[in-house]
Amino acid sequence: MSVLLEARHVSKRFGGVQALKDISLTIRRGEIYGLIGPNGAGKTTFFNVLTGLYPLDAGEVRLDGRPLNLSSPHRVAAAGIARTFQNIRLFGNMTALENVMVGRHLRTRAGVFGAILRTRAQREEERAICRRAEELLHYVDLGHRAHDLARHLSYGEQRRLEIARALATEPKLLALDEPAAGMNATETAALRELIAGLREDGVTVLLIEHDVKLVMGLCDRVAVLDYGEKIAEDVPAVVQKDPKVIAAYLGGSA
Amino acid sequence: MKRRTLGLILVATALVLLPLVLTQIGTAWVRITNLAILFVFLALGLNIVVGMAGLLDLGYVAFYAVGAYTWALLASPHFDLHLPFWVILPLGALFACIAGALLGAPTLRLRGDYLAIVTLGFGEIVRIFMNNLSAPFNITNGPKGITRIDGLKIGGLDFRATDHFLGLDFTGPVKDYYLLLLLLLGVIIVNLRLQDSRIGRAWVAIREDEIAAKAVGINTRNIKLLAFAMGASFGGIAGGMFAAIQGFISPESFVLNESIMILAMVVLGGMGNVWGVIAGALLLSFVPELLRYSVEPLQRAMFGRMLIDPEVLRMLLFGMALVLTMRLRPAGLWPEARHRREMSGADR
Repeated sequence: MSVLLEARHVSKRFGGVQALKDISLTIRRGEIYGLIGPNGAGKTTFFNVLTGLYPLDAGEVRLDGRPLNLSSPHRVAAAGIARTFQNIRLFGNMTALENVMVGRHLRTRAGVFGAILRTRAQREEERAICRRAEELLHYVDLGHRAHDLARHLSYGEQRRLEIARALATEPKLLALDEPAAGMNATETAALRELIAGLREDGVTVLLIEHDVKLVMGLCDRVAVLDYGEKIAEDVPAVVQKDPKVIAAYLGGSA
Repeated sequence: MKRRTLGLILVATALVLLPLVLTQIGTAWVRITNLAILFVFLALGLNIVVGMAGLLDLGYVAFYAVGAYTWALLASPHFDLHLPFWVILPLGALFACIAGALLGAPTLRLRGDYLAIVTLGFGEIVRIFMNNLSAPFNITNGPKGITRIDGLKIGGLDFRATDHFLGLDFTGPVKDYYLLLLLLLGVIIVNLRLQDSRIGRAWVAIREDEIAAKAVGINTRNIKLLAFAMGASFGGIAGGMFAAIQGFISPESFVLNESIMILAMVVLGGMGNVWGVIAGALLLSFVPELLRYSVEPLQRAMFGRMLIDPEVLRMLLFGMALVLTMRLRPAGLWPEARHRREMSGADR
C-alpha cells in the first residue's frame, strides 16, 4: 500500500507545555489508522495541527507526496483532509441536507453573479450539489432526516451528519476526532459499521478514539501517544502487548 | 398555484394604484412611501450582513452616505458636474462596495460586540468626514450639505416634472415611486436568489459556526468580505436614490440613529428572512408617520389639548415595541423559515 500522509518531526508547544514532541507517522492509502493515548496525550492537538487550526512549530506534513500547506483550515480541506470535531460542530439552524450542501462548497464554483442571474451553469451545479448531498445523507442512513434542523437530530445522528458533511468535501483522508464519545452501545455499533464501510469504499480514515475496543477491532494500524510523544506504532495486536503502552495507560514505570 | 398567481396579480395592481390613491390624500404620503421603500432597500442590504452572515454592523448608514454623496457630488452645481443616472448609480454602488470592503478587511477577526463597536466607529468616521471635508478644499460643503442636486432623468422622462397621461396627473414623487418599486423588485429577487445559493449557504454557515465553516473548506475571509461588500452596495444604491429624490443632503441624514433604526427593522421583522425584513422596514417607517398625523387630533378630541408630543410618543412606542418583540418573538415577527422550525420544535 502506498503512503498517503506522512508527518515528519511535528512539534507543537503551548507556552511551557510541549504538546507534541517530534511526532513522525505515516498513514497508508485505504487503511484505518488509529491514534490513541491517555487524556492529554496530544491526540487532539495533533489533529488540530494537521487540519490547520493551530500553527505548527516545527516539522512538516506531506499529503500524497506533496508538502501540505497548514496555514489555514480551508487550505487543508482543499488539499484533501476533512475532519469532524470531538464536540460536534454542525450548522445547528440549517437542515441536515443544507449542512451537507455546505460541504460541497469547496468542490463547486458558482459565485454571486451566477446566483443573481441564475445562469444555466449555476442551476445545474445547484442540482448536482443537492443530489450529491442527498446521496451522502442516505449513505450515513440519514435520508429520512434531510429536512430536519441539525440541532434537532439525536446525538448519534449528529455524529453521522458531521461525517456526511466531511465526506462531501471529497477528502483523501477523513479524520475523525473521537466519533464514539458519548455514544451508547447501539450508536457505537452503527458507527463501527459506517467506518468499516468507508474503508471498503476506499476512504482512508484517521481515527482518534478513547474506546479501545472500537479502535482495536477496527483499525489496521495504531499509534499511541503519551505526553506528546509517539511511544508505539503497529498493528493493534502488537500494540496491545507493548509494555510501554500498558504502562502509559495503567501508570507505573515500564 | 392558480390562487398564488391571482394573489400576485392583486398585489401588483394594488402597488401600481397605491400612489394614485395616496395622491388624493396628499402628496406627502407618496413621499413617505418613497422613503419607506428606501428603508426597505437598506434593511435588505443590512440583512445580508447581519441576518445571513451574522456580522453585527452598527455603522451601516455610512454606505448610504457614500451612495448619497456620490450622487450629490457628481450631479449638482457643487462641482458643476451633471452625469447621467446610469453612470452615477453604479458608481455609488461601487464606492459603497469599496467602503464595505475597507471596513470588512480590518475587522475580519472580530466577532459580536467587538465588531459592533468597530463598525459603529466607522459609521461615525464617515459622517464626521462628510461634516468636515469643506476645508482646505471644499469637497462635501460640510454641515451645510449639498443643495440643488439633479433629479432623475431617464431619456426624456424628467422625474421632477408632472406628466399627464390617461387623464391622470403623474407628479414627481409618483414617478419616483414607480422607479423605486421597480428597483425594489430587483433587490428582492437578488436577495432571495443569494439566500438560496452556494454563497448564501456559506454566509449562514459562518454565522452558525465559523470554525466548522473553515474546516469544510470555506474561505471565511473572502466570504465575509463579500457579505460586507454586497450589503454595502445595496446601501450605496439606496443613498443615490435618496439624493436624487430629496434634492438636498447633509451629514445630518446619516447619523448613528439611522443605523440603529435600520438594524431594528431587520431584527424586528425577522433576521435572515427577506419577507420579514421587508415587513419590519415598512412597519417602522409607516407607524411613526401615522402617529404624527393621528396623535395630535386624537388628543385634541379626547382632552381638548395636546398632552404628549408625537415625537416623544413615537420613541416611547418604538422602545416598547422592541422590548415586547424581543420578549415574545425573539426571532422577529416573521422569522427565517429555519428559525421558525427550530422554535416550533422547542415548544413541543
